[in-house]
Amino acid sequence: MGTLHTINKSPFEKRSLESCLRVTLPGSTILLIEDGVYAAMKGGEFEATLVAAIDRVKVCCLQPDWLARGLGDRTAIEGIDFVDYEGFVALAVAHERVQAWL
Amino acid sequence: MSDQESGDEGATTGVVKKLMYVNRRAPYGSIYALEALEIVLVGAAFDQDVSVAFMDDGVYQLKRGQDTEGIGMKNFSPAYRALEMYDVEKLFVEEESMSARGLRVEDLLVPVEVLSAAALGRLMDEQDVLFNF
Amino acid sequence: MKFGLMINEGPYQHQASDSALQFARAALAAGHEIFRVFFYLDGVNNGTRLTTPPQDDRHLQRKWTALAAEHELDLVVCIAAAQRRGIVDEAEMKRHGKDAHNLAPGFRISGLGQLIETAIEADRLVVFGD
Repeated sequence: MGTLHTINKSPFEKRSLESCLRVTLPGSTILLIEDGVYAAMKGGEFEATLVAAIDRVKVCCLQPDWLARGLGDRTAIEGIDFVDYEGFVALAVAHERVQAWL
Repeated sequence: MSDQESGDEGATTGVVKKLMYVNRRAPYGSIYALEALEIVLVGAAFDQDVSVAFMDDGVYQLKRGQDTEGIGMKNFSPAYRALEMYDVEKLFVEEESMSARGLRVEDLLVPVEVLSAAALGRLMDEQDVLFNF
Repeated sequence: MKFGLMINEGPYQHQASDSALQFARAALAAGHEIFRVFFYLDGVNNGTRLTTPPQDDRHLQRKWTALAAEHELDLVVCIAAAQRRGIVDEAEMKRHGKDAHNLAPGFRISGLGQLIETAIEADRLVVFGD
């Protein structure tokens, strides 16, 4: 159960990802949406941050946002699950609460 | 405030939920801090288990000595002191955000409980609902 | 499951309203209920019927209005946030002596208590903002 955290900011623009990671507990899930999906790209500055996070929490990425931003030809960091909006809804159902890191 | 303004004419069922308002933005540069505070004040009438958390730039909302005369905006910081009268007494500040900004509790205009990120995370995980701004 | 949605940004400037619309559709398609969609902050701008995007762009206000009609959704625009930003219904027009009203069909204006009620009544509150 735990909390579903949504992050909609590029980690290069705002530190929402870092703030979220400071307070997330094991058993939580982070869902990268909107500009948040840029964090999921392999080879970026935040790869180590996300790899470390995946050890503790589940990390997902909203595929329609990933594809919209031209990232379909890029590799995502290992361990990140892609979901669609149906999956977003399912994650919200499966967790006890949703916290938006705006 | 009229019923239409508060919109609370629909009676709720006596359920008490844990509601937390999470403030992460500085005041004045955008309206998030002010309009978040307006929810807290209206929400206080619903007798829920309310807490307000300040992290990231949200900590700046509580900085003492705000003087908005020169920017033509209302200084709404006294309203944080009024929260107590609305029985909103659980104010939490994340220690990491506060110290990263060179602030100490003495710099804040209301009494707060300072929590580590880990402790705040545990508290967030006990909430039923989180309002994020 | 009963969802409450909170939308804190207007259409077009941010993706929040689009994301919320996609989420709402997916939730309804999965058989969930949407207790209420509450529009706050600049989110109230989703509720003006004067919205006129270019023809090849999506019309977010109409999409919300259509989704509300199809699924009997309760779309509530916060009265205090709406007044600040010039979103008025007919009653508000008369009350404040304005010469026009612009609230779109399917939306209603009410107070912040409606948001708190959503938080209490819904199983999950999902916030979309910037």
